[in-house]
Amino acid sequence: MTEQVSSGAEAPVVSVRNLEVKLKRRSNVISAVNGISFDLKRGECLTVIGESGSGKSVMLRSLMGLLPSNAQITGEIKVDGHDVLRAGKQELMRLRGESVAMIFQEPSTALDPVFTIGDQIIETLIRHEGMSHKAASKRALELLELVAIPSAARRLKNYSHEISGGMRQRCVIALALACNPKVLLADEPTTALDATVQIQLLLLLRRLQSELNMAVIFVTHDMGVAAEISDKVAVMYAGRFVETGTTEDILLSPRQPYTQGLLNSTLHAGMRGQVLQGIKGAPPNLAELPAGCAFAPRCAFSDEGCLSWTPDATALGGSHYAACRRLADLPEFKPVR
Amino acid sequence: MSNTGTMQKLLDVQGLTKHFTIRGGILNRVEGAVKAVDGVSFSVNKGEILGIVGESGCGKSTLARLLMGLITPDSGTVTIGGQEMKMRGRSLVDLRRRMQMVFQDSHASFNPQRTILDAIAYAPRVHGKSKQQAEAEARDLLTRVGLQADRFAERYPMELSGGQRQRVNIARALALQPEILILDESVSALDKSVEAQILNLLQQLKAEFGLTYLFISHDLNVIEYLSDSVLVMYLGQVVERGPVQDVYSNPTHPYTKALLASKPSLDPRKRTTAAPIAGDPPSPINPPSGCRFRTRCLHAEAICGKRAPKLTAVGTEAHQVACLMNEPGSGHSKAAA
Repeated sequence: MTEQVSSGAEAPVVSVRNLEVKLKRRSNVISAVNGISFDLKRGECLTVIGESGSGKSVMLRSLMGLLPSNAQITGEIKVDGHDVLRAGKQELMRLRGESVAMIFQEPSTALDPVFTIGDQIIETLIRHEGMSHKAASKRALELLELVAIPSAARRLKNYSHEISGGMRQRCVIALALACNPKVLLADEPTTALDATVQIQLLLLLRRLQSELNMAVIFVTHDMGVAAEISDKVAVMYAGRFVETGTTEDILLSPRQPYTQGLLNSTLHAGMRGQVLQGIKGAPPNLAELPAGCAFAPRCAFSDEGCLSWTPDATALGGSHYAACRRLADLPEFKPVR
Repeated sequence: MSNTGTMQKLLDVQGLTKHFTIRGGILNRVEGAVKAVDGVSFSVNKGEILGIVGESGCGKSTLARLLMGLITPDSGTVTIGGQEMKMRGRSLVDLRRRMQMVFQDSHASFNPQRTILDAIAYAPRVHGKSKQQAEAEARDLLTRVGLQADRFAERYPMELSGGQRQRVNIARALALQPEILILDESVSALDKSVEAQILNLLQQLKAEFGLTYLFISHDLNVIEYLSDSVLVMYLGQVVERGPVQDVYSNPTHPYTKALLASKPSLDPRKRTTAAPIAGDPPSPINPPSGCRFRTRCLHAEAICGKRAPKLTAVGTEAHQVACLMNEPGSGHSKAAA
């Protein structure tokens, strides 16, 4: 699943090869990421879709070297020329300031409650960019204006509990953009927000991504969010990408049975009265992954062979890849819309 | 909510109000009030599903807790099957036998030290059933919600997945054979593939037991899929209500329009290009005078700050909107004279 994005003249800013992450605990080992490879260029947005426990957040955190000390990581991660897995403390610190920034699901826990919004942005700028306090204050104001916060000058003096959830997430984005990152990692940044605020934030991120020419990796469980924001989509299940392609490939003509099941269980307009074609069972426990295809026990099309064979990605034309042993035997997908 | 005389009104709520006063300062004076639920009226026919939708802070969860008698209303009446409920003392026991609730967080709503069987059999025992009979019925209920009684009865809540726990939660709510089930964001914390399973289960149980649902959600697609009629709430008040087809095909309140237009599209070829409304929902502490939506409304005029809109019919009698533009003679320039 590597070839699809490496074409073109520009070199990728994120390059991941055979990434595996195991989290060791006292009694067991959690296989959170089980062999992921992809490339991403500047100006592109990749959305990783997965359910809880699919390993999507662990994968995202590994790109920034944010995993706990019990994590065993193998493979290769290159971000903006830095070899993340071999980088020392100093290099990681530079990586996090200059190259990569991350925004999280809960803006209230991402901000420090005892400093004002302005202080936090200014501190970042002084620390990473070596700016004077005066220059940093000016830049902080520009940043809040960039993320379309009304009466920005006043907001700089606010504490995080004094502003609404949507406003807080805008401040987190401003903070993330402080050092002009080339790569923005976003872990479910709109999930905790109301519908009318979520769409505002998605439009903001889409605008900033093209204006600042960033590579964005966006993790979500919501197909609708993926449709709004991404250029490319990767569907993650049990620590692997089971299907990758352009947003249209994945949302309009998915081939892998899990992707199809996920789309069929996503409600949209005009589905009243239909019985939902959900997926039976629940996602597997990452500490006890089954042999073979991890989705086989829940799959309507699996047979004996699927329980012992781990499928590789098969090329389906263009940048569309799917990992399924029985691709040729599957019936054509008919979206319920 | 429909006024057809043949249907039987099972639940009727009139003018339900709850204000939480805020005290502060050295003298502990009243500084303001959270108008969480402010004069909400509706009725539900037997066998119908009423969807209640709104953003955070609109009072939908407070409404559910008021109906269950978990908090005492300031004013208003709740009538079940023609009998007005006194919201205190012994009559609460009767109320809760007829109406039960399923909460969002399937983890927090269980006692971790009780087995599943104990949890389901507890309420019937409190209401006077023998241990033997209560447990036999609990086993039967487990089977009805799709869990094998032999495998699950003796397990503890932490040993179950989120979807399984929500099934147990539903079984527990059904243990007293209620007529009405209040589902407060009951599928919001679940993964999409599991959500579909639970939605199917809810429809199956409704037919099997002849239940009536109050389905509270922030998810517009789930409400449309499941409900017969819908109540749209904003800052403690009903802004629009009616049969789900009418409200979704002809949304008339500017807030309902914006809410529906904020849904992500699910089709990457038809992306949202502009956010339907700006800003976050304001705090329900000391909400705006007159129409509470006017601070975010594109059509707001001076009159909107002075006069509170009343629910007025649009087209059919069942479809009602609280907006001055829809109120003849209200003084709004877009209203009929």
